[in-house]
Parts: sequence; C-alpha cells; structure tokens
Amino acid sequence: MSLDFIIAAIITVVGLTTPILLAGLGELVVEKAGVLNLGVEGMMLIGAISGFGVTVMTFNPWLGVLGAAAGGALSALLFGVLVLSLNSNQVATGLALSIFGTGLSSLIGLSFVGRIAAPFGSIFPASLAKHPILQVFFGYSPLVYFALIMVPLVAWFLKSTRAGLILRAVGENDHSAHSIGYNVIGVRYAAIAFGGAMAGIGGAYFSMVITPMWAEKMTAGRGWIALALVVFAGWRTGRLLAGAYFFGILMALELYAKASGFSFLPSQFWAAMPYLMTVVALTFISSRGNVGASAPACLGKPFLP
Amino acid sequence: MTPSPSPADQPRLELVGITKRFPGVLANDQVSFTVRPGEIHALLGENGAGKSTLVKMIYGIQQPDAGEIRWNGARMVIPSPKAARKLGIGMVFQHFSLFEAMTVLENIALGMDASIPARDLEQKILSVMDQYGLKLEPHRIVSTLSVGERQRIEIVRALLLNPNLLIMDEPTSVLTPQEVEQLFVVLRKLASEGCSILYISHKLHEIKALCDTATILRGGKLVATCNPAAETSRSMAEMMIGGSLKDIQRGAGREMGAAKLVVHDLCVPKDGPFGTALKGINFSVRAGEIFGIAGVAGNGQNALLLALSGEVTAQSDAVQVDGAKIGATSAKARRLGGMASVPEERNGHAAVPEFTLSENAVLTARDRLGMVSNGMINFGSAKTYAGEVIRAFSVKATGPGAFAESLSGGNLQKFIMGREIMQKPQVLVVSQPTWGVDAGAAGAIHQALVDLAATGSAIVVISQDLDELLSLCDTLAVINEGHLSPPMPVAGANIEEIGLLMGGVHGDPTADVHVSKEVADAY
Repeated sequence: MSLDFIIAAIITVVGLTTPILLAGLGELVVEKAGVLNLGVEGMMLIGAISGFGVTVMTFNPWLGVLGAAAGGALSALLFGVLVLSLNSNQVATGLALSIFGTGLSSLIGLSFVGRIAAPFGSIFPASLAKHPILQVFFGYSPLVYFALIMVPLVAWFLKSTRAGLILRAVGENDHSAHSIGYNVIGVRYAAIAFGGAMAGIGGAYFSMVITPMWAEKMTAGRGWIALALVVFAGWRTGRLLAGAYFFGILMALELYAKASGFSFLPSQFWAAMPYLMTVVALTFISSRGNVGASAPACLGKPFLP
Repeated sequence: MTPSPSPADQPRLELVGITKRFPGVLANDQVSFTVRPGEIHALLGENGAGKSTLVKMIYGIQQPDAGEIRWNGARMVIPSPKAARKLGIGMVFQHFSLFEAMTVLENIALGMDASIPARDLEQKILSVMDQYGLKLEPHRIVSTLSVGERQRIEIVRALLLNPNLLIMDEPTSVLTPQEVEQLFVVLRKLASEGCSILYISHKLHEIKALCDTATILRGGKLVATCNPAAETSRSMAEMMIGGSLKDIQRGAGREMGAAKLVVHDLCVPKDGPFGTALKGINFSVRAGEIFGIAGVAGNGQNALLLALSGEVTAQSDAVQVDGAKIGATSAKARRLGGMASVPEERNGHAAVPEFTLSENAVLTARDRLGMVSNGMINFGSAKTYAGEVIRAFSVKATGPGAFAESLSGGNLQKFIMGREIMQKPQVLVVSQPTWGVDAGAAGAIHQALVDLAATGSAIVVISQDLDELLSLCDTLAVINEGHLSPPMPVAGANIEEIGLLMGGVHGDPTADVHVSKEVADAY
C-alpha cells in the first residue's frame, strides 16, 4: 500500500466519521437526560438543507452552520413539545420526526437543486492544509475540528459540571430529581435542543463539506448509525469517539468494496456491520451487568409528576 | 439526652390550625402543635391519618389551605423544599430520593442547593460521617448499597445543611436492629446539639424509647398529645385507631404435624444486574406451623417467593409438598396441588387493577374451584366466590363487580388474602402480607393466617417487619444475601442475634454489634 493511498483512506474515514460523531454526541446528551429521540435522521436532513440554504443565500458558510444548528434545534423542539409537554410516545414521535424531516427537507430543497454553496476556507495556511503528508492533520473542514473539540467538552460537561450532574440525575430518576427541586421538563427541553443542533450540524457536513450541493435524502441513513453508535458506546463519551471511528472504518470499507472490489466481502456485509456490532456490544454490556455502561434508567419514559 | 428547655424557650416550630383539603378528603383539620428546640417529637397515626400531608406542608412540598406555620416565632410561608432547606428544615423520606447509577458523592451533591467543589464536599461529608459515626464510601455506586446505607446517604445529605429541624419519615421500617440502634444514637446526639426532630412512625415501642412528646393524628384531626414514656404502647395504639386493639386469638393446645413443605438446597440464579441469587436454601414447615422469613429488602425475598410460587422453576426436589417433588412444575400445577402464594406487589402481580374482583378471583381460583369448563369461564361461580370472600373478610367494596383499583390498599390486600385462604391451601406462601395496610386490616389478616394454620396448613410469611414476624410466627429464619439462616423458635428469640443475621450495620464491619435493651424491647 502506498503512502498516498493510506493518506487518502484516512481522509475518507475522517470524513465519514464526523457527521455520525456530531449527531451521536448530541443524541448521547439527549439520552443521558432520559429522552429517546429516534428522529436523528430527520433532524440531520433538516440541518443539511437549512445549512445549505443559508449558505447559498448569504454566501457565508459560517452563517450556514448556525442555520443548520438552528434548523436541527427547531425540529427537535417540535419533538420536545410533543413528548414533554403533550406526553406523546417518544418512539413513535421520534420515528415520525424522521419521516417528517425527510419530507420537509426535500420540499425546501426543491428550490435549491443545482445551486452550489460557498465552501469553507481552510483554517490553516495552505502550506499545511495542502501539504501531501501534513494534510492528514490540517487539511479538513473546520467542522471536523469542531466535532473533535466537542468530545472532551461534552465529557467534561457531563462528568464535572453541576449542570451535567443534574442532567444525568434527570435521566436516572426523574421523580427524585423533581422531589429535590429540579426542573425535569426544562432540563430535557435544553438537552433535546442541543441534540437537535448537533444533528443539524452533522447533517450540514453532507451538504456543505462532502458535496457542496443539495440532494434529497443525502444523509443516506447515517442518522440511524448515529443512534446505534450511542448504544454501542454504552452511553460514554470516550467510547463514542472510538466507536464513531470504528464505524467510520466500516463505512469506508463499504465504499471501497462498492467501488473497486478491494475488499474480500460484499459491500452489503460492511453496510450491516455497524448494526451487527451494536447488537454484539449490547449483549456484552447486559451479560456483564455493567451498571456504568447501561442505559439511563428513565430512558424513553414520559415524566408525569 | 435532650436538655430540658425552660418554659420561656420559644418553640422552634409552631403549627396553628393547619387545614388541608383534597378533593373528597379533609387531610388535615385544624391541627396545632409545637416543637421545641432539641425536642424529639413523634407524629403518630395510621395510614391516611394525615401525617405525610402535614410534614409535606412543613417541608414546602404542599401549601396549607388555612392556618399558619410559625418558625422561631415568626409567621412563615414555605413555598418550596428549597425555601424549607434555607430555613434549616431537612427531611429524610421514607421512599428515598436517590439515583441508583450514581455515586454517593454525586447523590449528596444533588441534594445541596449551592454548588460545592467535589473535593470540598467530600471533606465535609467525611467530617459529618466522622462526627456522627455514620459510615459510607463516597465513591460507591448507590445501586450496590443496602437499604440501611441508602438511608445514611439521606441522613448525611440532610445533616450537611446544618438543620434546626429534621423530619424523619418512617425511618426504621427497613433497618436491622443494629442500624436502629445507630440511628437512635445519631438522633439523640443531634437533639442534644439543639436540633429538633419530627419523627414519624407507627412503631410505638420505638417512640416510647426515643421521643419526648407524641402527637397522635386520626382521620386528619389531632386526637391527643402525650408523653410516650408515661403511656403504654397499647394505650397509644388505641388512641391511634380510636378503638380497642384486638389481640391475635390462638386456639389452645395447637399441635404441629409432620413436615408439609420441604425446601431442599434451592438455588436460583440472579435475574438482572440488581437481583439476588438464592444459594442453597433449606427449611421445612410442619402442618400447622407459621414460618417467618425476616431480612432487609433486596436480599433474595423476591426470588424466594417466585421459586416457591412456581413463577421461577428450579430442580425438581428443591420444593416438596407432602413428599411430592414439585420444584420444576408450573405455578398452575402447584396451585392444583394445594400450594397458594401471595406476592408482595398488590397491583399488577397479585391482582390486575383494571379487572373486577370476580375476574381477579378467576385468575387464581379457577382450577381448584372449577370456574372454567371447556375453556369457558363460569362467571356465576366466580361472582359467588368473590362475594363470599368479600363477606368473610369484610372487604369494603361495592360488590364482586368492583374494579380492583377502586379498593384501598388494605381492602385489596384483604381480598387477595381471602381469595387464597378460602381455597383452603395445604401450603400458603405470603410476602409482606400487611405492607401499607392499616392496623385494623392487618389484625384481620394476621387472624386469618393463624386460623388457617390451625386447620393444619403450613404457612410461610416473608416480611421485612420484624414486629409482625415476632408476633405472628412459630419459627423464624433470616435471609441475607441469598442465604437462609438456620431456623429458630420465635419464643425466646434474641434480637441482637437476629439483627446480626440480617447483616448488622451494613457496609460497616467495625460497627458495634450490641443492641441495647431499649432497642431490643422495642420489638
């Protein structure tokens, strides 16, 4: 294998990993607060089109990222109103959000077909970003670095801040948190909005970085992989990062298998691998009875004070 | 002991004419009493007497409709638990408000109103624990702790706020005698430092041993204020229920028969991460014997009940009734063979809340009483049987057509016990037969169990309430971490020994194992 090929492969894996890492981090925080939002795919698509649309209209990709976050958060808040204020079923509502997001993004996207968004400039000087070897470190979109910075930030927030402690408490035992005097619904709204914003930015990675064009359903099911990733990671931030890169490698193998027959197994096998590995991880977690790596106790349950 | 404050001392807490109304119920009606600094004040009453509502108003969870709360002489409105904590009112709940998957330290931090750096908080916790002799490991995950240790978390959480009034809601119902001893020491020390304690309980001996004053509530009204030391447990019980207390009537000269139920080396693996495995349980119950199984919650009681009822099966010879090996048979086969059971959870396990009493009768009595033929339910006989149970056990219900969920806890429990007892089982296994049941209904249930034993049935009673087991059973064994102790006769049982078998002071191997006469007498 040549050095060029290895560098190209690493760049491919990083590109495939970043959107599921962003969306997975958001969903991790949502699930830690006790809410199961299955609408990640829909929120990613809404983020993809709002990011793309804002960039096309303002010629500013940074505003586009804000637009993607806002689009994702708004669609998540719609979910929040339904499940938190109106106590609808979280699973059904989340699935509906995925379908709704797919449809709404296609509808909005109609007027943007064929347009091209202004790309991000590199944040590093060209001598680094275009360097044949150093581009492995410096040649990425700012969103890649943003995702990597968010990992320790989210870990620190959950583990070391009081707000993070309260968020975990709400997901662990909503009634106790309420009786001590915390605002369960408020915490969950905030978590859901954060999860939506992160999914939206993850979606925008497709429409603003991978291909600076809009296509229907361009996230291609990665929202579902992000959901599996959170379970695979056992609701832990560090493992989420490792799992995201592991899934990224599996997705890269799928691409290579499709494109060149490079791999010895059919591409469908690699496409199924993330889900298969999630089942294996779940079985492993439950067989060991590991409390720290199991789902928040109130995950998916409505809070009725 | 508490310093005796001079009469000039201002009361710390004064309730004046507190009234609270809920739809259809007057929960508190013109309740007035005072608590002095350093006083241990008991609040006594049956379920539904209004104790919980009253303390919820003091702790700011609910607001009174009329009357006023005075704190150190000044009239106060306490809008929230946070405001209560700010005044120096702490509360230890009966059902702990803890987070299972988090550490002790995180749980305590969540109960503090200010954000304190983890290291400082840990130091504070260690010093409070040291000061009061309460042992906890700050970094343990709560789900691995016993009930006694969990209560210590709640107490430390309350103590860190330097309370002037500590409310304890039924604190000893889940503790071993050694843990009760330790709790009393802590409470006395607190009281000697001037902290007032409002102690809610229905355990009269304990109140006699610990409290300076007792306020007795019945039906939301204050019926008496007394000095517990000057009263007898019986006189306080009668004030509490507003009538005379019935003793359990035992037939004279009861003879035990041959071993009826034999449990031999029963092993059951644990179900789920928080379950307890049964490790080689052995005991036998003779005809006419009531066999009690004591222990702190979560030590394998659930697994034992399921293995005896047939919901979980084991090796064939693990459970034998009259020599027949039924350890591997289903619950239905065991019922047909004359073995009935009543699980701890009334709603959803022993009875279906959305079903009528007749339908609930069909669920366990269908085979023994022939309520089903050719796959069709004979509702006539189900209705007749449910009616008989209602009459025989004085269940307050509109009739066999009443929904199970429309009955109060005590009445539903009487119906469920009656449903099993009137099938005349050879062996009856019951778990927590009087949990959350008022004294009148509890007395009726105890009497029915004694009467069933007198007809030659073998009865197993699993309970966390040591008082209940000591007054009801002939023989007692203790379950701890899935092991059952050797059985001992109840007559002459040693409280200190039972307490040690229950695990002593959980999580503190160095704790004093001695139980003072005062606590021993409280059982």
